[in-house]
Amino acid sequence: MPFTPPPVDDVLARLCGRFGSLESSVFRGQTRVIVPAEASFDVLSFLKETGFDLLVDVTCVDYLEYRGARHRYGLVYLLASTATSQRLTVRVFVDDPRPAVRSVVPLWGAANWLEREVWDLFGIRFEGHPDLRRLVMPEEFTAHPLRKDYPLQGRGERHNFPVITRDHS
Amino acid sequence: MALIQQPRLELPENVVVGRLDALANWCRKNSLWPMPFATACCGIELMATGASKHDLARFGAEVFRFSPRQCDLMIVAGRVVMKMLPVLQRIWQQMHEPKWCISMGACASTGGVFDTYAVVQGIDRFIPVDMYVPGCPPRPEQLIQAIIDLQDKIQREGTISGREFDTAGRQLRKRALVEHAGVLSTDASRNPVLQRELAAAAESAVPRT
Amino acid sequence: MSIAPAEFGTTSAGPEAGVRSEDYLWTLNFGPQHPATHTTLRLVLKLDGERVVDAMPEMGYLHSGFEKIGEHLTFNQYVTVTDRMNYISPMANNVAWHHAVEALLGIQLTPRCTYIRTIIAELARISDHLLCNGAVGLDTGAFTFFLYGFYQREVIYDIFETLCGARFTNSYTRVGGASQDFTPLVIEKIRTFLRTFPKTLDDMERLLTRNRIFVDRTKGVGVLSREEAIDRGATGPVARASGVTRDLRKDEPYLAYADLDFKICCASAGDCYARYLVRMQEMRESLRIVAQALDNLPAGPVDVGIDQRVARPTKQQVYSTIEGTISHFELSMSNRGFEVPCEESYAAIEAPNGELGFYIVGDGGESAYRARCRPPSVLHFSIFPQLIRGHTLSDVVAVLGSLNIIAAELDR
Repeated sequence: MPFTPPPVDDVLARLCGRFGSLESSVFRGQTRVIVPAEASFDVLSFLKETGFDLLVDVTCVDYLEYRGARHRYGLVYLLASTATSQRLTVRVFVDDPRPAVRSVVPLWGAANWLEREVWDLFGIRFEGHPDLRRLVMPEEFTAHPLRKDYPLQGRGERHNFPVITRDHS
Repeated sequence: MALIQQPRLELPENVVVGRLDALANWCRKNSLWPMPFATACCGIELMATGASKHDLARFGAEVFRFSPRQCDLMIVAGRVVMKMLPVLQRIWQQMHEPKWCISMGACASTGGVFDTYAVVQGIDRFIPVDMYVPGCPPRPEQLIQAIIDLQDKIQREGTISGREFDTAGRQLRKRALVEHAGVLSTDASRNPVLQRELAAAAESAVPRT
Repeated sequence: MSIAPAEFGTTSAGPEAGVRSEDYLWTLNFGPQHPATHTTLRLVLKLDGERVVDAMPEMGYLHSGFEKIGEHLTFNQYVTVTDRMNYISPMANNVAWHHAVEALLGIQLTPRCTYIRTIIAELARISDHLLCNGAVGLDTGAFTFFLYGFYQREVIYDIFETLCGARFTNSYTRVGGASQDFTPLVIEKIRTFLRTFPKTLDDMERLLTRNRIFVDRTKGVGVLSREEAIDRGATGPVARASGVTRDLRKDEPYLAYADLDFKICCASAGDCYARYLVRMQEMRESLRIVAQALDNLPAGPVDVGIDQRVARPTKQQVYSTIEGTISHFELSMSNRGFEVPCEESYAAIEAPNGELGFYIVGDGGESAYRARCRPPSVLHFSIFPQLIRGHTLSDVVAVLGSLNIIAAELDR
């Protein structure tokens, strides 16, 4: 039998008691809760106090071509508890023209590079991040390549280098 | 046998007479010092080639040196991406003549499965390559074969003065992005830098006779 | 990348203006092409003599757009790309990817398949730890140890080659099954490996574990505390060496791990030596897991039944049953394929390096809308500056090696 993670109903109840009713759903045993962008830091900080001490991942999805999507970008915070093995996914939706959310680096050190990666590949600003530079792409790169409007083969940047021939070297 | 009558030479023992080129080639081919430019998966196979089972030392090319100043054979193992290509070119330029380059694996030769925004589609667009090894990654035996083939090539074509490296007289800009004015070899329609280069090339194009 | 002078605290004022201790610091560029980085990473070190005052890690020298290409390949095609992600243990990546895909599609594997995947994932763990510890040995001057490790890796390569035809980049798993079943020859080779490997492991331990030079170079170097490990998101052997008893094989048992008897290897010191010991011990536990799984390998098919419509039917089914023919036809047609829910899910396995998970967004099409990989290496590499501060330059390679940073997984 596939493993079903421990339920997080009590956490959800406390969360809703504190922040008003939050939309949540369950898919294959995984609980997702949708949080407004303004409240994301407070919710995540509350969850950290509740016991979700491990930030597993911070990532983003660009819903530009997704059927029925209401927002452009959906941030994903995967949380886990090392004590109880509970898992919780927090979704935060942001939109153009200035997609931004508050950084969670003060809560988890792990968020530092993960948020830099999201900024690099999606162009989401994390306000309050101590060092929001590109992580994987070169500094002079201008686009955010994992956005859906950026082509897979790029815009020719990969051909844009000097050629060294035998005579030049 | 010889058309020209040779003057009779009195040779002491253990002296062999040969062409200077052949002698230089013989020395060069048997003392290849590889520079492992190992970036990705092929690098592990490169390590396997040097490790106990396959033992590259049997073919006289086992002295891996990590300083380009000491090497004469660059083995580019693995994909090279935008951020890495300037490093690759710099290291190639830091190597002393005579020098050769093996492009190991599909990614280094053509980009392989990674036809994406970040991966250079073949290092031979930007640096000269002597030998291509197919495979993703190639088996150690394939790399050994490539090194043997390169040794053959050095023995056959090499000259002591390095005339074989002087390609300027023999070919036009070899791996230029724009080979004929107006005909694109890559999609430059959305790249301003390439478009400027194209425009410049079109202006300076001299019709071939 | 250029380092502005201000970042390193140097001042343009002369000595008479008051010299700060930072003025004597020396900047050393380490990588991206350096023998001890093994792959392509870069460190900008701030040195005071031989002591490392600070380190600025820099990555992206192997960023090849894995996640972008995952949006363009089907669930079965993308497994070839995951091979090239953590290329030290490609089988574990295959298992992780299809574990996540099956979690999204809601597929229940056959018992034989879960056992087969468990076995290959554990063999991959052994081969990963062999290379990682071998590299730590290599960097601290124990070349023989590395050769011992690499020879055993060749044996595992040989097993994988017999199993699926590729020695290195295996692409073995498929949605709902695997590309090949275990043959008697494979089982025999694994049994031979199980018999011979413990002796090599003993030899390796005798070579290095109590070697004075090695212990001096790794003990007390790069200490990661338990709190910091959790705060920085460390997983796998790096976290377990710091006393975090988290192992997805026990905490969220997937595949066949719930049926098998094995221990989680932990240490409390959190230094390079502890990480080395945890990896050595995990290899022994992996051997136990493989032995048990092989003894209890269930009979039956590897792929899920044709009613689930994900795995290709056998030739027999295609030619003799109408369901098989239909299923074969539908899976071959580009517009049929799987039924993918418009949903998102995350599933992870305990890869040799740590928690390797995929966050997959399905949009009804046969490729993922978004295929995010949660790479353990990124989080481990981001810890590096904390670990190295105050140690000497020669410790850099020991710490880097013990974190087992694989550039392709780091940058993707």
